[in-house]
Amino acid sequence: MISTQLAQMASARVNSILVQATEGESTRGFHFPPINTLLRWKDITPGINKVVLISIAAALIGTALFLIAANRDHKTAPKGARNLAEIAVEFIEKNIIMETMGRSGLGWTPFLLTMFIFIYICNVPGIIPFIQMPATARMGIPAFMALLVWVVYNATGIKNQGPIGYFKNVLFPPGVPKALYILVTPIEFISTLVVRPFSLAVRLFANMLAGHLLLVIFALLSEALIQAETQRIFLIPIGVLPFGVLMFLTAFEILVAFLQAYIFTTLTAVYLGMATHPEH
Amino acid sequence: MEALTRIARAGIRVAELTAAEEKANSAAQMAGLAYGLAAIGPGVGIGIIFGKAIESMARQPESAGMVRTTMFLGVAFTEALALIGFVAFILLKFA
Repeated sequence: MISTQLAQMASARVNSILVQATEGESTRGFHFPPINTLLRWKDITPGINKVVLISIAAALIGTALFLIAANRDHKTAPKGARNLAEIAVEFIEKNIIMETMGRSGLGWTPFLLTMFIFIYICNVPGIIPFIQMPATARMGIPAFMALLVWVVYNATGIKNQGPIGYFKNVLFPPGVPKALYILVTPIEFISTLVVRPFSLAVRLFANMLAGHLLLVIFALLSEALIQAETQRIFLIPIGVLPFGVLMFLTAFEILVAFLQAYIFTTLTAVYLGMATHPEH
Repeated sequence: MEALTRIARAGIRVAELTAAEEKANSAAQMAGLAYGLAAIGPGVGIGIIFGKAIESMARQPESAGMVRTTMFLGVAFTEALALIGFVAFILLKFA
């Protein structure tokens, strides 16, 4: 008799533990959704979801902008799309190429401009209401872009210095005492051929993901506080604080979207410059 | 006898649950710790980079453009460490 009671008590205890385990911590009213609902979107057709649509739109918008700009009359003063396109080209030439590669790198303008415009338009949907997903917050696009940059700068180096000269310059940098090559060569190998594309991809991806998650957290926090069920008098005024932070972060994300596109392009230009003109 | 086996089974289930729970909990706690540790070094580093850049811009305003580009490059390299820590956080917390 007693043992049956004991068994019931034990199973009741197990049930309560199970319930606790499934409900999680006692953060009343504030439910952080599983990461998959934030970053995985339902497929519209197999293989095509919101992120893919944003990146396709980014490619189309960028192409359309420059096609429209190119078809404008180039004898009159630029306005509208052409003005925007000229600002972009000038920014790439003056602030990115001239600062990192010098005059001889101006031939890279189309490549770097395409890359900059594409990344920027992929980043910006992170703050556009009702879209609010930067396409670069998934690893696919940054990883592929970094791989592309890796192939391009290695190919440039091989083309400009020959395969032997390029790898000699990369692995055995001149001006280092011979005994130190035991130490320097593995470090240079890893940093040039492995860490560069990895950090390029992770920097863009993690910055955009961090921004996206921050926006999500503060949006959920202000929602949970403003729509609180108990102690509304205290919680609603407190809820204004995370809402203010949300506004600030949204403005900050505009800056981050631009800065990440700028940094990605600048680093590409630096790597290309290093591959074209080796250090002596 | 049947009751005793039920108790034993319940006990085993509790033990299994707490082991799995403990693992998940400690992983989640370690995630916060990992990100906190990863943020220390890059935080100091970015502070030094910006401080030095402002100093040199104030001394030689004509070289501000070049200093700014180099500063952003330095920030990008330093920041990468903190961001790798953030990725580790995401992996520990959610994966």
